[in-house]
Formats: sequence, C-alpha cells, structure tokens
Amino acid sequence: MNETSVVHVETTAHTEVPHDGGHAEGGFPPFNGATFPSQILWLAITFGLFYYMMSKMVLPRIGGILEDRRDRIASDIAEAGRLKQETEAAIAAYEQALAEARRKASGIAQATRDKLATETEAKRAAVEKDLNAKLDEAEKRVAGVKDAALADVREIAGETTNALVESLLGKAPTKNETSKAVSAAMS
Amino acid sequence: MSNDPIHQFHIVNLFPVEIGGVDFSFTNSSLFMVATVAVTTVFLMMATSGRGLVPGRWQSVAEMCYEFVANMLRSSTGTDGMRFFPFVFSIFMFVLIGNLFGMFPYFFTITSHIIVTFALAMIVIMTVVIYGVMRNGLRFLNVFVPADVPPLLLILVTPIEIISFLSRPVSLSVRLFANMLAGHITLKVFAGFVVSLGSLGPLGVAGAVLPLAMAIALTALELLVAFLQAYVFAVLTCMYLNEALHPSH
Repeated sequence: MNETSVVHVETTAHTEVPHDGGHAEGGFPPFNGATFPSQILWLAITFGLFYYMMSKMVLPRIGGILEDRRDRIASDIAEAGRLKQETEAAIAAYEQALAEARRKASGIAQATRDKLATETEAKRAAVEKDLNAKLDEAEKRVAGVKDAALADVREIAGETTNALVESLLGKAPTKNETSKAVSAAMS
Repeated sequence: MSNDPIHQFHIVNLFPVEIGGVDFSFTNSSLFMVATVAVTTVFLMMATSGRGLVPGRWQSVAEMCYEFVANMLRSSTGTDGMRFFPFVFSIFMFVLIGNLFGMFPYFFTITSHIIVTFALAMIVIMTVVIYGVMRNGLRFLNVFVPADVPPLLLILVTPIEIISFLSRPVSLSVRLFANMLAGHITLKVFAGFVVSLGSLGPLGVAGAVLPLAMAIALTALELLVAFLQAYVFAVLTCMYLNEALHPSH
C-alpha cells in the first residue's frame, strides 16, 4: 500500500506540477526535508508578522474596549451608589422633619390642653366663690328674717297674753311680767 | 489521483525563491500561512473597529477569543504571566485558524506538516527556556527537581524530569501534526469510498450512503479536533510558561 502510493504520488506530482523542483521526491510529503527551509522561513515571516500585529494593534484595541467597558460599568455602579445614598439621606431628613413636626404638634396640643384646663379651673373656682358668697348672704338674710319674725312672735304673744289675762282676770299684768312668762314658755 | 489520501499534503511550488542554493519557494503552504494571518488579523480588526461599548456580533466573537485565551493564561500562570498574552494568543489563533482553514475542501492544512508544528513547539520551548533562565538564573533548574521528594528518590526522579522536559517539543508538535494528518487522511479515505462505490452502479450508490454518513460525522469530529488541538497546544504552552515563571513546582 505504502509503496504503491509513493509511486502514485511521484507520478501525479510530476504530471500536475512540472516546476516542482523535486519537492515530492521524499515520498510522504510531511517528511520531505527539501520543503523544510521554505516552510520554516515562511512560518517565521507570517507568524512574526502575526505576533507583531496582534501585540501592537489587535490586542491593545480589544483590551482597551474591555477596559473602557469595565470602567464605565464601575463608574455607573458608583454613580448609582451615590444616588442611592442621596436618596437615603433625603428620606432620613424627611423622616426627621416629620418626627419633629409631630413632636411639635403634640407639644402645642398639650400646651393648649393645659392652658384650657387651668382657665376652666380658674373660672370654676371664681364661680364657686361667687356662689358661696351669695349663699352666705342669703343664709344671713334668712337668719335676719327669722330673728325678726321671732321677735314679732314674742311681741304678739305678749300682747295676746296681756289681752287674755285682762279678759280673764280683769286686770292687765305689767308688760314685764308677760314678757317674762312668754320667754319662759317659749324657751 | 483523486482517491490518493496523501495528495492533499503535497507542497506545491507557487513562486520559486532560492537563496544560497536553499529552496525558500513561496508554496501553497506559505500561501495558507499568509491567508491564515491575513484573515485572522483583518477579521479581528474589522470586528473591533466600532469599539462598541455594547458589542455587536462580530465584536463579541473577537472579545470571546480574547477573554478565552486571557482566562486560560491567567488561570495557569497567574497575573504575572499576562506578559505572554500576545504570544499565547498568537499561537492559539494561528493554530486554530490554520486547522479550521484545513477543513475547507481543496485547502491546504499548514499544521499537517511536522516541520510547522515542530517549529511552533520550538518557539514555545525556546521562549520558556530563555525567559526562565533570564528571570530565574540557575534556579530555573528547579524544574527538574520536584519539591517534597525525598533526596534518595531525586536520583530517580530528576532524570525522568529531564527526559520529559526534552521530549516536550516532540510531544507538543507530534500531537498536533498527527491529529491533523490522521484526521484528514481518514476523511479523505471515506470520501474516496463514496466516489469509488458511487461509480459501481445503482447498488454502489446505495452502498455509498454509509461512507458518506461516516464522512459527515468525521467532518464534525474534525472540526472539534481542529479546535481542541489548538486549545491543547495553547494550554500546554501556558503550563510550560508557568514553569518558566515559577520553576519550583
């Protein structure tokens, strides 16, 4: 198999490429040493050029693109964090203001309540005092009227006794006697 | 001729160049090296010309290549290995695109020639040795002396390490070369079966369906191998570079 293919290769190579320069003479092409210098040279040229273009042009460009993107993402995240912090600060300030307003409102309400309570208390006390004074006066008046009435009763009782004694005995007692007797009877 | 599976590996002289009696002709191999470099460079330049903050389709592909190789290198050598990034990227893309170009019918596969893969492997090994000695001096010899091995065993282990180090350029180049060569021969053989069976009449055409299916499956496999071998080549390059950076392992 191998020998026939070698022969085959030689003939085909020669018929197809007349100016082959004996490249196909080694039989199996990859082991044909005659082609080595050319392959090594062209590999050196092409790979060297490739390495140069990759390291100087292509890779810096792709690396730059990736770095730009990384920077952009990082800065966007930082910006988002900053905005979030601002938002949180605003919320905290709002809540503090709200709490203060609430405290102030409750203070005002408490003060108002206290003021109203003291005012009411004062009014009530004044009214009570007034009423007490009126009550005392009224009681005094009642006592006066009672005393006067009692004095009148004594007089009337004395006169009545005088009249009764006179009509019974025919002789009127002295005023002194009757009044003594009335007093003794009434007490 | 059409059925000869070796025919595709022939070097065809396109433009004769001879310097000092040595043949440096521009051949089909040279043409495909130039094509590989030109297509890859032009593609990467065009794809990134927009410098989009939000990448388009082509720019995504270019960025994917970049980050794939960057992650590969960073994970095996750490950040101080990133100085070799252009080198590893060039190796990976050159081998990958060279392999993939070989998947087109009638195209020449530059990596199917042992001298090309060997030259690439030697570039890697020479970079490792020269940089390793420049950076570490004699401490670079620590690569042959594994840490945490009893001194008695070192008598045995060190020669093995030396042999394995010396065999690296061979294994690195032969792996890529043999994979490309064997894959393309197998593909060509099965494709040849389709043609020869097809010329045998209706029964032959019916029978040719089997090798055709095989050829299709092999094409898919070869695409995988084309990528995988470029990846393996690049990963091993990274591992060898890591030893140059950190010789005591």
